[in-house]
Amino acid sequence: MTRQMTGAKMVIQALKDQGVDVVFGYPGGAVLPIYDEIFQQNDIRHVLVRHEQGAVHAAEGYARSTGKPGVCLVTSGPGATNAVTGLTDALMDSIPIIVLTGQVPTFMIGNDAFQEADTVGITRPCTKHNWLVRETEKLSDVIHQAFHVATNGRPGPVLVDIPKDVQFASAAYTPPGKARTAHYAPRVKGDIQAITDLAELIEKAERPVFYTGGGVINSGPGASHLLRELVGATGFPITSTLMGLGAYPASGEHWLGMLGMHGLYEANLAMHDCDLMINIGARFDDRITGRVDSFSPGSKKAHIDIDPSSINKVIHVDIPIIGDVGHVLEDLLKVWKSRGRKTNKEAVAAWWKKIGEWKKVDCLSFDQSGKTILPQYALSRLEALTKDRKDRFICTEVGQHQMWAAQYMGFEEPNHWMTSGGLGTMGYGFPSSVGVQMAHPDALVINVAGEASWLMNMQEMGTAVQYRLAVKQFILNNERLGMVRQWQELLHGERYSQSWSEALPDFVKLAEAFGAKGIICSDPADLDDAIMEMLNHDGPVIFDCLVEKHENCFPMIPSGEPHNKMLLGAASTQDAIGSSGAVLV
Amino acid sequence: MSPLKLKKGSSKHSAYDLRSGYGDTQERHTIAVVVDNEAGVLARVIGLFSGRGYNIESLTVAEIDHTGHMSRITIVTTGTPQVIEQIKAQLDRIVPVHEVHDLTVEGRPVERELALLKVTGTGDKRVEALRLADIFRANVVDSTLTSFVFEITGTSEKIDAFAELMQPLGLEETARTGVAALSRGSRRQD
Repeated sequence: MTRQMTGAKMVIQALKDQGVDVVFGYPGGAVLPIYDEIFQQNDIRHVLVRHEQGAVHAAEGYARSTGKPGVCLVTSGPGATNAVTGLTDALMDSIPIIVLTGQVPTFMIGNDAFQEADTVGITRPCTKHNWLVRETEKLSDVIHQAFHVATNGRPGPVLVDIPKDVQFASAAYTPPGKARTAHYAPRVKGDIQAITDLAELIEKAERPVFYTGGGVINSGPGASHLLRELVGATGFPITSTLMGLGAYPASGEHWLGMLGMHGLYEANLAMHDCDLMINIGARFDDRITGRVDSFSPGSKKAHIDIDPSSINKVIHVDIPIIGDVGHVLEDLLKVWKSRGRKTNKEAVAAWWKKIGEWKKVDCLSFDQSGKTILPQYALSRLEALTKDRKDRFICTEVGQHQMWAAQYMGFEEPNHWMTSGGLGTMGYGFPSSVGVQMAHPDALVINVAGEASWLMNMQEMGTAVQYRLAVKQFILNNERLGMVRQWQELLHGERYSQSWSEALPDFVKLAEAFGAKGIICSDPADLDDAIMEMLNHDGPVIFDCLVEKHENCFPMIPSGEPHNKMLLGAASTQDAIGSSGAVLV
Repeated sequence: MSPLKLKKGSSKHSAYDLRSGYGDTQERHTIAVVVDNEAGVLARVIGLFSGRGYNIESLTVAEIDHTGHMSRITIVTTGTPQVIEQIKAQLDRIVPVHEVHDLTVEGRPVERELALLKVTGTGDKRVEALRLADIFRANVVDSTLTSFVFEITGTSEKIDAFAELMQPLGLEETARTGVAALSRGSRRQD
């Protein structure tokens, strides 16, 4: 039985049929019919953000913390262009989100109408796919296709642009089962021969390492479970990218910590010296590889990725396996077990001994003996006071605090760590925490922020207060753009061009102005009590943690250098970055 | 802590200097892409090439299946083997792309291009132009007392050669379609 309905009603019906419970959005002229339908129903909650960029990041936070796609609804023109940063962010980090944009009526497209923008043109390079729907008959079909494309294969953001006359007109509704989605069916099963080849290498490897990424998390909880089984059974060391934290527990005995530019000494040296690198759902990003021609020179490399374009894009690999991480790991375990669960135990034990020596360097040590709070200390305390809470979700902004959070906080489960990895979007964390808290109303959601990043989307305080979202904004306030300052110190002759935060607000008063709670802390002795006060407050909190202003983030692989040229602290930074490395970001 | 000293002119170094050296030879490949003929699909393909810095030597597109609304895009591109592999993988990632064929890898493809050349002149030059056109099997599709429009089909190299010969004989304007290509033999065999 086909049901006739308006395009606007179709949007709501399609969202309901896709199991959507929350939409993050902001109304405007070109989406009024859809907002009228939202008004007349109670199944879908609409969260009114304060800026469209916030809506997209909130949807990303929702998606990353639930594994379900996030949904946004914004108007034409500026509504759509404000969504572009979020779309690009989601594309870089493979986050499934669906953005619905209003558009001027079809008969006005191309006339430079009020609030008209070429939305599909602008967002073509920053979406996985996008559609401009010119006929109401096609609208529901396209929305179902959009969900299918966003969530299948390598996940990503999609956008559906809906002209206002299409929202008003009526047509027959296409239910999800009838939608044309068959043509997009990326392969999920890996080639069994390649998987067998990898199993063979696992049996022989003397210095193996698992290098895992966000693909494990995107593949679902089952993939993380299989990864843990594989790591446990083989006894191989495992490291992860920023995006993959939580897939393997930080408390696990084989965990080396994060790798990459600000990764741990032992993790990066293991990557450099290994003889078998098993990349599971990561993409050899430049933050990971450092200097490409010196990247892990003596290793055989296997790469499991659902996206064929990731294979050999940056690093040439010996065993490419195209498929979904969960499916491939399942087959790999099956094959490896059926061949007798063999590993080169003696050699691997010697490898662990070597890794043990690197661990003794204790690359994350710091000395909190002064009167000023070190950011590392602040995060260590935050970790200590919250790690027992199973329902703890951590979001971050972008910069030094983000790296420190990745270094000093431990993640036991996937989907509990929300950060902007690929695009590095300052202003991501706060709206993201709003999205996480909407999905998990009773959970502890903390956004670890720097004061500069946090100000970029501080308007979302209004959203947090309106929806009683008890998000904790833990701001490491060094009155600097810390990472920019660090690079200026290392690369630009300590000329700190525009990298300080002048005229900062009083964050306690700012919180109070929004009707939230503000806490300020500057003494290490008061820190624990202040953090507890934040945790015990039932409502949004801005925590202004005044920290050492000139602290640098170490370890650091200078740009243009390989993993074994890592800087461990201030003493080793002199002349560390060569001229060819200086042009890299 | 002392600042790091940078050598003068360091910003001239490209990040890509740091790339590993395998497969640096440039190869020319003809790639056929079968796509849904929907709005924006060509922009997606072109945007991919410009956004990721790939070369396009020639690009042709037309609908080949009017009932199924499928178009075929033929792209001639150059790049290192690694870049060519990337181009194909990236093309295949585009949602409305159904098939990507590297015709160069599949076997020496049949490649043809059509060109129209306007040559003006009188006397010996005009006669010579007509004589050369005959050798190249170009057709005269328009003629006045002082001009010809030649239609020529062939490989890009053949058209290049013909255009070069016409240059001193009064070549005024050229229009070329770009390469259309098919693999040799029956497709059903594989």
